[in-house]
Amino acid sequence: MNFWLVLAANSVTFGGLLFLLSAGFSLIFGLMRIPNLTHGSLFMLGAYIGVTFVAGLLGFGLNFWVAALLATLIVAAFGGLIERLLLRRLPGDALAQVLVTLGLSFMIADFCLMVWGGDPLNVVTPAGLGGFVRVGAAAFPLYRLAIIIIAAIVAAGLWLLLDRTRLGAMIRAGVDDPDMARVVGIPVSRLFTIVFALGAGLAAFAGIIGGPILSVYPGLDQDMLPLALVVVILGGTGSLLGSFVGSIIVGFIYNFGQALLPELAYFVLFLPMLLVLILRPQGLFGRHVP
Amino acid sequence: MSRKFSRRKFMAATAAGAAAATFKFPMPAIAQAAPFKLGLLTVKTGPLAQGGIQMEQGVLTYLKEKNNMMAGRKVEFFSADTGGNPAGTKTKVQELVERDKVDSILGPLAAFELLAITDYIAQAKVPLLSLAAAEDMTQRRPNPYFIRASATSAQFMHPMADYAAKEMKLKRVITVSEDFAFGYEQMGGFQQTFEENGGKILKKLWPPLVTPDYTPYLAQIADCDGVCQGFAGSNPLRFMKQYAAAGLKFPVVTGETGADDALLKSYGDEALGIVSCVPYTMDLDTDGNKRFVEAIIKDFNTYPGQYAALLYVNCQVVEAALKALNGDSSDKAKLITAMRAVSLTDTPRGPLKFDHFGNVIGDFYIRKLGKEGAKYGLTLWNKTIKTYHNVGQFWTYDEKKFLEQPVYSRDYPPLKP
Repeated sequence: MNFWLVLAANSVTFGGLLFLLSAGFSLIFGLMRIPNLTHGSLFMLGAYIGVTFVAGLLGFGLNFWVAALLATLIVAAFGGLIERLLLRRLPGDALAQVLVTLGLSFMIADFCLMVWGGDPLNVVTPAGLGGFVRVGAAAFPLYRLAIIIIAAIVAAGLWLLLDRTRLGAMIRAGVDDPDMARVVGIPVSRLFTIVFALGAGLAAFAGIIGGPILSVYPGLDQDMLPLALVVVILGGTGSLLGSFVGSIIVGFIYNFGQALLPELAYFVLFLPMLLVLILRPQGLFGRHVP
Repeated sequence: MSRKFSRRKFMAATAAGAAAATFKFPMPAIAQAAPFKLGLLTVKTGPLAQGGIQMEQGVLTYLKEKNNMMAGRKVEFFSADTGGNPAGTKTKVQELVERDKVDSILGPLAAFELLAITDYIAQAKVPLLSLAAAEDMTQRRPNPYFIRASATSAQFMHPMADYAAKEMKLKRVITVSEDFAFGYEQMGGFQQTFEENGGKILKKLWPPLVTPDYTPYLAQIADCDGVCQGFAGSNPLRFMKQYAAAGLKFPVVTGETGADDALLKSYGDEALGIVSCVPYTMDLDTDGNKRFVEAIIKDFNTYPGQYAALLYVNCQVVEAALKALNGDSSDKAKLITAMRAVSLTDTPRGPLKFDHFGNVIGDFYIRKLGKEGAKYGLTLWNKTIKTYHNVGQFWTYDEKKFLEQPVYSRDYPPLKP
């Protein structure tokens, strides 16, 4: 009984983390049609920058949440630059975009290795969240519950942004039909920069929030990117609800798959993705075929 | 005209032949004047870079200490980055052998890299001093040009299991290790010795190499006396953190990678109490080790783990063999034979010699991770609590019988009902 309870709770936690990671990926893909293969690297970069702030740059360590916010802003700005300086020059050329983002991900990985070295870095669990919640005999870490709440807050925030603001309406219009949106006067190219920066910031935020669980190490980027891909393909691109549901589904598949069928863990993880691609290529909640 | 030309050609050919002949039978003096070419196959990019960078640091520390000289010969050092994949390793080893004409090669890091080049090394006849722990490289599929001064995967797990059963009095243990050969061989060795000493393995868990979240496996750890983990690279850090976060308190034992000294600065309180068995420990109180540790800290501002230390030891082996041959490395068969005959007393890992497969026989240290005795500004420390002397790859088993059983694998030894 405890076993199932812990697994179920952890599925939601892991889903929450995946949502933070993949929401940005999904938005970028939905609006700009760019499969952003640097997304895992931005996740890792956010974690590295965050852990540097927490550990103390210039002699004093920052509060975990302040550090997370700073890392998010820095990586968001970096994301905006990537869009302005590189991706803008390759509109509609999917192959070139894939190659540029892939190349960039290698460069970021080596940059991190150069700056932070190869040793894994520990991210200390923020103060007050180091304990457990006990349900019967099962113990569940408090911090993991906090992740669920953070993911829920971010999801609500993004929903408000996309559904209730003018910017959100413009983004949605851009996702649905970029050409028509341009015709009616929506500055689609400026939206691209904003969305890319937002996506990059979300990835970085996920990186530092995931830090106390995952730690930070070279290769973290390549470990996380496939999970984001699975979520987005499953849920459908450009759909917030899609990434949310997709994340939770993948969270459950990941946890129960590894526990019950460890030999087939990755098979079980990617099988739903294959089925969705064959039977419903736009994803569960997507509005158009990627 | 044409006659003259061909005579010139003939002369040139003769001169080349003469030169080749001189190279084939070098005078000792000539051999010593030429630099000794030392190659290193390491990984400096990608996820395996942590160990790879340390390997290079170990070599550089040695060369600096010796002023770039080995047995009176200048050393020319060639470092090659394999990228941590078999194809890259193959390309780089060919470059080292055919273009740079190295006399010996240190590395590579991972077993799958080693397996990709073992046949080539035997053909090219270049002594290879590797860290990779694949058992059969010095057992059922030996390579005459291979030598290993570190340990096989099970070499440190046999004494670990002995200690866990006899002194920690563990009876029922769950093992958890990565789903690849290094994990299988470690856990197989642990299981065999542990069960012979009255213990029982309840469950063997095999998370994939890439497992961001270990909770699905941690949820299966219950109702036991202890846990044996065999994680490598950055995985032990993540595993122990999540282990502690899940509220698990069973004692943890591990091998050479699970509590490596290089991880001490990354670990926090979650690692307190881990008992490990390793071929190298910073805690070894000898002059040679102190000198080595201080040099690494001074030059690289980091703490040496086994990768740095064992590469330094490999360099010591190369130099000792060169000395025995009076600096003459021209005959590679003689060179590897001399390497395997090396017996050293003062290395960072303690005394060592080699068996007839070229695998190390040396001391293995049981350590407990805690705060006591921490040195060099660290807060956590692996304190040695017992030393097993002169441990070989066959432990206390009869070599012939050991080689008759299959290599340790996912299902060997099988779980007892």
